[in-house]
Amino acid sequence: MENKDEKNGEQEQVVNPWEVSAKDGGKIDYDKLIDKFGCQKLDQSSSELSHVKRVERLTGRPAHVFLRRGVFFAHRDFDDILNAYERGEKFYLYTGRGPSSEALHLGHLVPFMFTKYLQDAFKVPLVIQLTDDEKCMWKNLSVEESQRLARENAKDIIACGFDISKTFIFSDFDYVGGAFYKNMVKVAKCVTYNKVVGIFGFTGEDHIGKVSFPPVQAVPSFPTSFPHLFSGKDNLRCLIPCAIDQDPYFRMTRDVAPRIGYHKPALIESSFFPALQGESGKMSASDPNSAIYVTDSAKDIKNKINKHAFTGGQESIEKHRKYGANLEVDIPIKYLNFFLEDDAELEHIKKEYGAGHMLTGEVKKRLIEILTELVERHQRARASVTEEMVDAFMAVRPLPNMFD
Amino acid sequence: MTVEEQANYVGNVGLSKNLFLKDKKHRYYIVSALAHTNVDLKVLSQRLGLGKGGLRMAPEEALGEILQVPLGSVTPFALVNETARNVSLLLDQGFRTQEHCFFHPLSNDISISLNTNGLDKLLKSIEKEPTYVDLEASPLVGKDQPPDLAAFVPSTSMVLPDTQAEVSSSKTSAGNQISPVSTDSKSITVTAKANKPSSNNKSVKVQPANGEKSLICSADVGNFVDEILEKTSTLCLSEITEDSIKQHGGKLGDVIANSIRKHLTSDLKNLATIFKNTAYTEGFNAGTKYQPKRL
Repeated sequence: MENKDEKNGEQEQVVNPWEVSAKDGGKIDYDKLIDKFGCQKLDQSSSELSHVKRVERLTGRPAHVFLRRGVFFAHRDFDDILNAYERGEKFYLYTGRGPSSEALHLGHLVPFMFTKYLQDAFKVPLVIQLTDDEKCMWKNLSVEESQRLARENAKDIIACGFDISKTFIFSDFDYVGGAFYKNMVKVAKCVTYNKVVGIFGFTGEDHIGKVSFPPVQAVPSFPTSFPHLFSGKDNLRCLIPCAIDQDPYFRMTRDVAPRIGYHKPALIESSFFPALQGESGKMSASDPNSAIYVTDSAKDIKNKINKHAFTGGQESIEKHRKYGANLEVDIPIKYLNFFLEDDAELEHIKKEYGAGHMLTGEVKKRLIEILTELVERHQRARASVTEEMVDAFMAVRPLPNMFD
Repeated sequence: MTVEEQANYVGNVGLSKNLFLKDKKHRYYIVSALAHTNVDLKVLSQRLGLGKGGLRMAPEEALGEILQVPLGSVTPFALVNETARNVSLLLDQGFRTQEHCFFHPLSNDISISLNTNGLDKLLKSIEKEPTYVDLEASPLVGKDQPPDLAAFVPSTSMVLPDTQAEVSSSKTSAGNQISPVSTDSKSITVTAKANKPSSNNKSVKVQPANGEKSLICSADVGNFVDEILEKTSTLCLSEITEDSIKQHGGKLGDVIANSIRKHLTSDLKNLATIFKNTAYTEGFNAGTKYQPKRL
């Protein structure tokens, strides 16, 4: 699905659920994106009223690295969620994954890592949608293959550490029907064909499966879609952590919600995870060197960072000592921004590397350490996920302790 | 004996070759094809979704360890072995045009004649779906055309104990023995192979990367507590050094307590979550099989 803007001759940046590309192969302009989409920027200042500080006060623990560092940088109605929470009104979390491939890389884990933190910090339940039907349609996979991938991906998701007593994972092929489908029809009735074409860019050549898919991703935002979980709680609010390219689905959902008597879901959105080759590089499933995969060995990680990570270091040591590194494009620094928990250490590295005192090799070494620990921990957790555990996470069952 | 020698005994009809292959993520494949079928490993690799050059001949040790056959005896029959449970099988659709099959029954000094009916029955009895593939086809694989053989990639990888020295087995003819095989014309359509997960597989032992104690996933309280204490005492002991004693004196206890909290909280919480999820799953499983009281 191509964005029609490109045909104007002026190459705009393209951000939608199926394509993300920057203008002229440069960086994504997030401020422009926020303007264009109409969402808000998260307040990361040190003010006591900033979102970060409010979250810390309400949850009684330091905010997650991604929140502190601006990885999650945009939102819609996050204030309403916090205000309601302060009054004692809970909410539930909704996130998902399109299971298009078996191989997950670190970028895929980012929303799940953040969602786990939100679940632990706010003590709220979570529903995770696996859009196997979407991938079946868009990637032309067989039904069986997309279902298989959904289950495989579920294992990696579970390995991120979600609490089974508060988490419901479902695949569209398994779950669509009943109350969920009733909501889908309610949503579908409120969105004209012209509107979806406008939001998602469908054409006369696109098959009707695609055109009728958006309600599937919209209705998990409504508690009545899950009668086994939230019966009697029709007013429960929903917070959706996701990458900002998913915004169009939820713009549509928020537009429809009041018309069918539901709260608008709130969103908290993240920026994109850069490929190893740099911001303008594309992470691609067919190029294993464009990303760190959760199945990579320590050796693979070391090799990939040392040989394929794009750095902002200068060409020679002398030049580097003189001019320092270009932190704007340096991938190891960007990755450390995501995964190095210690703020002070990160500041120190940025300062020394930017001034040319620290060499690229040292920065890479620290990154390799951190990523290796992360991936090994994930692999351990993944190894403990059995088929029975997946069945249990995906079973339609009540979660009596979901707010404990 | 080699293919050429066998041809002397059995004739040239429906000669075939059996390749034992491995990909970069330690997953194994048997490709069983007619001798004259052109099998291009680069193309196969792409069709499986492994990128270009993702497939290699498996090392000699793997033949013994996984297939339990000697050099030169790769055969689909080897899949009856428990150790070959996760090996994926690709069968040349060309077999369907031939009348008889000849296979090695786990050693290459004899061959057994079978037709595809028999082969399919055998495979089904060991819970392998017999699917025949056009091995010579070279379909485009790209962004919009997913690898057509992706379903054949095993979901489990098998790391052999000493794969540190990865010997590229291009030199060994181990996987390359050609045995005379021909097939009946019973056709079985190629279906997307959905690997049925083994439902009784609760204990999963995985080779951890750094030789740590492997994690057995039942909700074993003893192991769980042992692991916590192990981590805590290791950290504790590492913090008690001549220097740290000099530096903190009586306060060393507080310092260590804080350090434990800072460095281990996240780790131990993760361990506890795995434990909790495992115990819940056991309970849930039991619940699905629960028999209500007879009144």
